[in-house]
Amino acid sequence: MNVSAQEDAPPPPERASPKKPMTRKRRRLYLVLAGMVLLGAAAALVFSALRDNLVFFYGPSELLDRKVEPGHRLRIGGLVVENSVERNVGDGSVAFRVTDLSNEVLVTFRGLLPDLFREGQGVVAEGILDRNGVFQASEVLAKHDENYMPPEVADALKKSGQWKSQGRGREENESREVGR
Amino acid sequence: MHRFANPNRFLRIAALILPWSAAITVTLLVVGLYLALKVSPADYQQGESVRIMYVHVPAAWMALFVYSCLAGASAIALIWKHPLANLAAKASAPIGACFTFIALTTGAIWGKPIWDAWWVWDARLTSVLILFFFYMGHMALTSAFEDASRGERAAAILALVGFINIPVIKWSVDWWNTLHQPASIVRLDGPAIHASMLAPLLIMAASFATYYVSVLILRLRSEILARKMDALRLTRVRDSQEAHSL
Repeated sequence: MNVSAQEDAPPPPERASPKKPMTRKRRRLYLVLAGMVLLGAAAALVFSALRDNLVFFYGPSELLDRKVEPGHRLRIGGLVVENSVERNVGDGSVAFRVTDLSNEVLVTFRGLLPDLFREGQGVVAEGILDRNGVFQASEVLAKHDENYMPPEVADALKKSGQWKSQGRGREENESREVGR
Repeated sequence: MHRFANPNRFLRIAALILPWSAAITVTLLVVGLYLALKVSPADYQQGESVRIMYVHVPAAWMALFVYSCLAGASAIALIWKHPLANLAAKASAPIGACFTFIALTTGAIWGKPIWDAWWVWDARLTSVLILFFFYMGHMALTSAFEDASRGERAAAILALVGFINIPVIKWSVDWWNTLHQPASIVRLDGPAIHASMLAPLLIMAASFATYYVSVLILRLRSEILARKMDALRLTRVRDSQEAHSL
């Protein structure tokens, strides 16, 4: 090991005479750099080609834009519309509307909702779109945002009125992304 | 960089750093865990479950950081043939794999109460699982050849190929719709996390980082010593053969 360390010590004449032909180290450096650039380009092409397939869920606007055929299994995501949750005590099902703040989809679900499921909260539902444009979910997951704070701070923000402006601004950003 | 390629000089510097990095790791871990589990508040949405974040997020950061170090060491090994670079890559792989494993398992434990799912195949989770496979592949490839240097070379190329995955993981939550939420700390608008929660998170991250430094030094040191012993044994065998032939 020591021997190879001495062997590979930087040869000082390399810098002194730039006209010398490319050293092996220089050539390997360019080879690795070129390899990484090619790989990066290949990965970028693959990912842009697969862009639609890598989406975990569609927003309501995308669902309408794509004119999804009824009966296909897919996931939709968005925010639960305030005051839209209706629980049917008879058969234990629940209906609510999911919005990306420009379009809405009605979702029905029978089963246990996640603890974090609330109005105004993000959800991702998996299921099928029926002929009436109602999304029949077989699974509902809660999606939370990137904000973390103690409850007192959340209350204080709500009281001071900063909560809504902050929250709405964020939601609008999100909806633009969903609709993209 | 060339100055530190000498294993003997590395051993001297490592002996100076190790007690400090080990002491800092333990101190920060104790302080960080106390702040994270006891002092920091519950989240307004997630309640007490948020405390998993203090292990999950630093582990995930380290999974990416260690892989970046692994890829950097592999590039140095391929281009400049530094004797220590291959060893550093080899020593980093299991540490990074452990961090990735911790990130994946704590993520599952966190996902169940919050999302109501242990696992989903969204872009973030899938790309981190692929990172875990790259670590595994690197470890397998390093020891797959009779001739150790060929294995190291193959593993170094694999490490560079896998480096493409690192930016994909980082921006997967922005490029695609994912169940995983976007970044809270490393983002343009500044952290979206309250200071009382940010402090323990950063302390835990710092302790994970010094842990990596400490374990990397330990692993590198034993690897260097093992190779020296091999070399010694080889010369002894050669000497005794020469003595016989005389």
